[in-house]
Amino acid sequence: MKLWIKFIGFGFRTLTGLACLIIVAMLAIILGNIAIHGGPRLSWEFISAMPRAGMTQGGIFPAIFGTAALVLLMTVAVVPLGVAAAVYLHEYARQGSQVVHLVRLALANLAGVPAIVFGLFGLGFFIKFVGGGMDRVFYGGTLAFGQPCILWAALTLTVLTLPTVVVATEEALRAVPTSYREVAYAAGATRWQVVRHVVLPQSVSGILTGTILAVSRGAGEVAPIMFTGAAYYLPYLPKKLNDQFMELGYHVYVMTTQSPDIEATKPILYATVFVLLVLTFALNIVAVLVRSQIRRRLRTA
Amino acid sequence: MDPQRNEGLLLKRGRRRGETLMETVVRGSALVVIAALVLIFIFVGKEALPLLTSAEVNREVTLETMVRPQANGQSMWQPVSEKPRYSLAPLLIGTLKVTLVALLIAIPLAILAAIFASEFAPQQLREIVKPVLELLAGIPSVVIGFFALMVVATWLQDAFGFRFRLNAITAGIGLSLAVIPIVFTVAEDALSAVPQAFRDGSLALGANPWQTAWRVVLPAAMPGVFAACVLGFGRAIGETMIVLMASGNAAMMSFDPTESFRSFSATIAAELGEVVYGSPHYHVLFFIGAFLFVMTFLLNLAGHWYVGRLRARLGGNA
Repeated sequence: MKLWIKFIGFGFRTLTGLACLIIVAMLAIILGNIAIHGGPRLSWEFISAMPRAGMTQGGIFPAIFGTAALVLLMTVAVVPLGVAAAVYLHEYARQGSQVVHLVRLALANLAGVPAIVFGLFGLGFFIKFVGGGMDRVFYGGTLAFGQPCILWAALTLTVLTLPTVVVATEEALRAVPTSYREVAYAAGATRWQVVRHVVLPQSVSGILTGTILAVSRGAGEVAPIMFTGAAYYLPYLPKKLNDQFMELGYHVYVMTTQSPDIEATKPILYATVFVLLVLTFALNIVAVLVRSQIRRRLRTA
Repeated sequence: MDPQRNEGLLLKRGRRRGETLMETVVRGSALVVIAALVLIFIFVGKEALPLLTSAEVNREVTLETMVRPQANGQSMWQPVSEKPRYSLAPLLIGTLKVTLVALLIAIPLAILAAIFASEFAPQQLREIVKPVLELLAGIPSVVIGFFALMVVATWLQDAFGFRFRLNAITAGIGLSLAVIPIVFTVAEDALSAVPQAFRDGSLALGANPWQTAWRVVLPAAMPGVFAACVLGFGRAIGETMIVLMASGNAAMMSFDPTESFRSFSATIAAELGEVVYGSPHYHVLFFIGAFLFVMTFLLNLAGHWYVGRLRARLGGNA
């Protein structure tokens, strides 16, 4: 073999390895930078207290609470919907039918819609159309639901994270061996009994992965909630579905871009980013680990 | 054989009704997915439509004044001024500028990394590399935006002394971090879908592993790799928070990547909060949103069409 061919081969391999390394390094730099600057500033007070002195002191409790409430509402909506849609695609529908094809096409496209367009959709559909309609019908025209609030923000995120849940659930359903279903059918079970007692219990880890990924995504998205319910500063916590709320990601955005004194807010800002990153990242690590387990089982099944 | 055929004969009426109900519920949920996409199109489009139909809106702005280049330097985006100007040209230039920078960084890196992961990395390393790159997708874009604004901008300023601290290079680097995971994932899927027999045949004929990767596997996976680029492009033009935070948001008519700019997505995010409901400005912002939606929709369709072609080409192994 000619030497130069070997040489090019070595160069090419090194180049691909290097590209991989650069990407991993970028990830490490971001995480490291934020952990170094944000970590030390973290304290129990920071997590549990209300903001003080124009948000340059005190804690970020309302933002954490708002994020948790938002994501919880979203989960309650998106998990049943997403799991049911996946069950239809994999357990009920005839494979290759027009409807299945259309749903998959819609899923793929929904996942590619820019986050800011979801924000516009939330404003136009949930707030103006549904909320405004509810106000006219139930509240005699007084403003109750026709305004930005936590319910509409959560539902906007539901639409955004729906593909995540459906795709992850379907992957888990696919990992359940066909023989399990055949045995259940042979024992006289109906289709729903098979789904309810055989397929779903076997796919719990996959559904969990989808849920975690959706929660992580939902907790990190800012563009869709900017106009649908997030508030810059509120002295109270959201208690009703039509209250506005503070949110970690939006808090980061507002403090970064609109703070009058960026140097004074910088430590608190870094700590807030750190909290947000720990939240979304820890969830992601769990999801990735669970998913690689499922994929291994899928390969051996 | 078909379990459903027996159900009608064997089940009690109540249970049969339960079965039908559950089937309706799951089918309805699947249809919600389609409905969501259609509703997005309708409700974003509905608020954009007055731009074409309403005479009141058209007194201030028409589609023609938005897209036609104005005489000497009058193509401006100044929606809140004495005489509002709504030229899309500076926003288009800004969007293309940052997208180009991001793709120039992201596509080579992601595709080379995908080749590494699917062709050269030992099994154990591959099991680590893939999840790590998936983790990159898990960083919220607001965090990347924050990092680009606070850290990357300072580094670049110190290193090159750009006139504008926030520019298309800063934002493009941030944006590339959001694009890399999607390009990597799709490209890696495509490369891994190439049957092992292709590699075995090439190696048996005396080719090196790198010759096999470059001349056999990569060309075979080409539609999928192309799809990865198209989907990455779609992600880049729609991304909002990174560009909003790291672009400087100045709507300038400049192709220079070291100058500040304003993108379509950032314009919506920055202005919709303060706009008067139902004003011409409001409808223009929805129009931009509808444009972004249609653009990303078409790019996505194209991307998935190429993935489909890859599957057809590799004979159902994908």
